[in-house]
Order: sequence, then structure tokens, then C-alpha cells
Amino acid sequence: MAFEDQRTTVYKVDPAHPESETLPTLRTEELLLNMGPQHPATHGVLKVILELEGERLVKSTPVLGFLHRGVEKLAEDGTYHQFIPHTDRLDYVCAMYNNFAYCRAVEKLMSITVPDRAEYLRTIVAEVQRIIGHQFWLGTQALDIGAMTVFFYCFRDREILLDWFDELCGARLTTSWYRIGGVERDLTSSLLDKLKQFLDYFPPKIDEYVIFLETNRIWVARTKGVAVISAEDAVSFGLSGPTLRASGVDYDLRKAEPYSAYPKCEFSVPLGKNGDTYDRYWIRVQELYESVKIIRQCLEQMQDGPIMADVPSVTLPPKQRVFTNLESMIQQFKLFSQGFDAPPGEIYCGTEAHKGELGFYIVSTGGGKPYRLKIRAPSFIHMGAFDHMSRGYMIADAITLFGSYDIVMGECDR
Amino acid sequence: MSLQQLASQIQDTFPVGLVKVVEWRGDLAVTVTRDRLHEVAQYLHDDPAMDFDYIVHVSSVDWPDDEERFEVVYEFYSIKKRQRIRLKTRVPESDCIVDSLTDLWKGADFMEREVYDMMGIRFRHHPDLRRILMPDDYTEGYPLRKDFPLRGKGWRDTFEFLDETAR
Repeated sequence: MAFEDQRTTVYKVDPAHPESETLPTLRTEELLLNMGPQHPATHGVLKVILELEGERLVKSTPVLGFLHRGVEKLAEDGTYHQFIPHTDRLDYVCAMYNNFAYCRAVEKLMSITVPDRAEYLRTIVAEVQRIIGHQFWLGTQALDIGAMTVFFYCFRDREILLDWFDELCGARLTTSWYRIGGVERDLTSSLLDKLKQFLDYFPPKIDEYVIFLETNRIWVARTKGVAVISAEDAVSFGLSGPTLRASGVDYDLRKAEPYSAYPKCEFSVPLGKNGDTYDRYWIRVQELYESVKIIRQCLEQMQDGPIMADVPSVTLPPKQRVFTNLESMIQQFKLFSQGFDAPPGEIYCGTEAHKGELGFYIVSTGGGKPYRLKIRAPSFIHMGAFDHMSRGYMIADAITLFGSYDIVMGECDR
Repeated sequence: MSLQQLASQIQDTFPVGLVKVVEWRGDLAVTVTRDRLHEVAQYLHDDPAMDFDYIVHVSSVDWPDDEERFEVVYEFYSIKKRQRIRLKTRVPESDCIVDSLTDLWKGADFMEREVYDMMGIRFRHHPDLRRILMPDDYTEGYPLRKDFPLRGKGWRDTFEFLDETAR
């Protein structure tokens, strides 16, 4: 029988066997396997076509776009203020940081300076969001590998912070709390107390997660030395965030291009050595400790003051005045229906979200709507390196690999 | 190196082929002609004084009224020198193809595919130029072009709604 297929290889079962010459040959060929888009470990609707030789990955082709909603096109249809709730739906696990990144980009376009207290509030909430994001990541990553306890522990602690968000802005996930030029409302004394309580409660819990995972020999065997990427390749692929820093590249926008209240806080940026899945885990755990530190410093340094920049042509009036004062209501109405007049030009503004560099490239031709808005989504760019990083590893390692990117398809497909 | 020094150094190295250099809000944007794009990008990537080793994003803008309708935008960052640059080029609609930069930055692969998918700009020497976010068999055009309607295209428009005012 002749096999025409190019990928078909024919070889003896055991060439070292003394009777190998007389043994029949065994035909092997590569197997195509569709993983996803309805696989529970693909974090949503990711589909990857895996080419396998035995259980080894020869090539993997990500098939994206199952969650494509045309967010960039939608942005061209609304005013700058109207786009804030859309950013919640990008990375729906960590809406606050998306709001933050977008508001910063528009503030750069309008060259607005945000008041001090608002900057501190923004940093505090952003770091709380980073903790939530890393907890969510740690839990699901452990669950993908089979360590279920950590998943429950992480989600138990995440729940406290989600309730805190609920009290802060009325929503647990789709928050929309950031505003262009400031934030929507201040922290109440009850919120401050709860946050301080959490800061005392949380660090021992991180130690607990670490003990659970690092004493689990299966988990360690499945993360150490798996899906290694060199620093050079990681930079060339445009990876960012913990995925890049795991390879030892010191690139954190909070340090490289300091923004908000980060320059006033002391914190370190943990760097990995090997660029494997374990290092990507280790960096995120260290960042949990750093986030707690940053929030503590912000709470100490924060002074009273306004929480919204005083630029009436751009920023929204306080909600209380909108309900009682006619002019404020007209101002709010005009800002949402017509928008503010942005100067023609183009800017790019990147923000260090917990997944990586979340950037907005805005082209304005004047008027109230962006002419073009491009979102630099870290999840999408990380998927570009998936084929390179997965080659030669097992199928089961593919799961831990895109788990270690912290991939969220809402952001990847936009 | 300040942005002015950076801009003047690029201007000195490429006296021809540079269309314009704009600095606005702390961002430096360099527009080059299409045939010089790869050459300038190679210089930015390889030259030790430039050393833009990190690709930030690849984007595209549609200007339907202009003769050269599409604008391809690359953004690079230098991790060692901590500086950014935006490299742009324009292509006409009749021949919208530019040289791919996948040989310099590996990450350009997915980003250029997205530009192709959303705006229909093709990239010469790209290893795998297929649609990425839209389905492979999608034939209704390129969604981020300005002539693609913002609303009201798709199966919903084929419904026959009852005209309520006529009743």
C-alpha cells in the first residue's frame, strides 16, 4: 500500500532489536486535534488546532475571533465618555484597569492633569484590581493543572474585594468607575476600613496559596521548565507584563514611564530567570505582595482634595449637582450627546495592566468622537507567541501555557 | 536621547524617503514613503543608537478622501533606551500592499494579520496572511474601513418588519 501523504513516515518499531529487519513496519502520522472553542480549560472561546506527533505538539495554530464584537468600530460611533463602559467588556475579569488605561489615553489627548487625590484613588483601585486579577489567574491556573483547593481559596478572597467594588461603584465586574479627568466617587470611611482590614488579612493568605502549590509535586513538575521562552524572543514577540518579566526583561511601565501615583510609591518589580511557566507564576505571586505595599503607601500619603479635574469643557460635573442644578444637567447632557471637542492629532498611551501593556492608540480629527481607536490588547499579542512557545511540549502543557498568559478572550478578540 | 535628537538623526540618515516628522504630546511620529518602510524599520531595529527591539502595535487608519487612502502605523519601543517611535506609511487603495516586518519583529505576524483582516491591507512576504478575527470565508469586506457601515448590515436587515405607522 502506498501512502501519498507527505507527513506520513514509516519506521521500524524498535530499530535496535536484533530481529528488526524482519519485523513489520509501523506507520505513524501526525494527528490534527481541535482544542476548543468549547473546552472548559480554554478560558472562554479560544480554539487551537494542534498538530501532534504522539502526544508532542509539532505545530499549533490559534483560531481567534469567536468573541469578536467590533469594539474598535463601536468606538467610532460614540463620544469619548460613552466608550468607557465598552472598555469594561474588553477584559471582563479586570474592568477597572481597562477604564484606567482608556481614561489615561484620553487625558493625554486632551492634556488634562488629574488632581492628586484622584491619582491616589486611581492607583489604589488599580492595585486592588491587580490583586483580583492575579487571584483569578492563580485560581484558574491551579484548577487547569488539577490543584482544586487553591482555586477555592483564591475565589474566597477575591469575593471580599468584589464586594468592596460593589460598595464602591455598584457593580462587581463591569465597574466603569474611572472618569476622564478623575474618578466617579470618593472612598467612604466604611470602604477605607474594609480595605485596611483586607490588607492585614491578605498577606498570610498569599503564603497559604504558595504553600499549597509549591508543596504539590505534580503542580511543580508541570510548571518548572515548561514552555520556556528566551528574553530575546519574548521581546521580539512583543510580550509584556509578567509574561515578559518572567524571562528576565526589566520592562514595567509603572517604572519605565511612571504615571498616576506610582512614582511616589516604593515598590520593586520582580524579575524571573528561566522564562518558564513557574517563573510566570512566581512573578504574579510576588506582585501580590507588591500591590499590598503600594496600596498601604497610597493610603498613608493620600490627602483630601478634589477627585475630578476642573476642566468643565471635558470633565463631567459632580453627580449631586446634576440632579439639583440645571446648568450642570445641561453640561452633563451635552458632554454625553455631543462630546467635547478633541484637538486633531494622534496619541498612543500604554498602561501596565496586570496582564501586560494595555494601550490605546487614538486618532482624532477634531469633534466629539474618535476617528480611529486601536486597542493594544496583551492577550492577543501573547497568543502570537503561542505556536513558538508550545512546540515540542505535550498537549497538557498547552493548557498550562495559555493559562500562564492569563488570557481573557474578551480582550483578545475585542 | 531627546525626541528632537532622535528625529534629526533619522532625518540625517534618510534624506530621501522621509515624508514628515511630527512631534505631538510627547509622541514622535515619522512618516516614510512605502518603498522605504522596510529599510527605515531595519535601521530602527538594528542600529545600536536606535535599538527599537520591542514592537508595541501595528495599526491602520482609513482616510477615504485622500489619494493615498490607507495609513499603516507601527509603534516601536526601545527597552534599553526607554524611548518610543511611531513609523507610518501611506498606501493607495488600488495597490494596498506594504512590506511585512515579520522578519525583524516576530510579534508583527499576528498584528499585521489583524490589519489585513480589518482594513484589507496586504503585507508582502508575510508567512501566513489570513484573516484572524473574522471568519476565513467572510466576504463582506473589511470592517474597519470607513465605507463599511457602522450599523445595519447583516441578517437583521433582511427581516420584514411590520410598518407600525401604516396601520
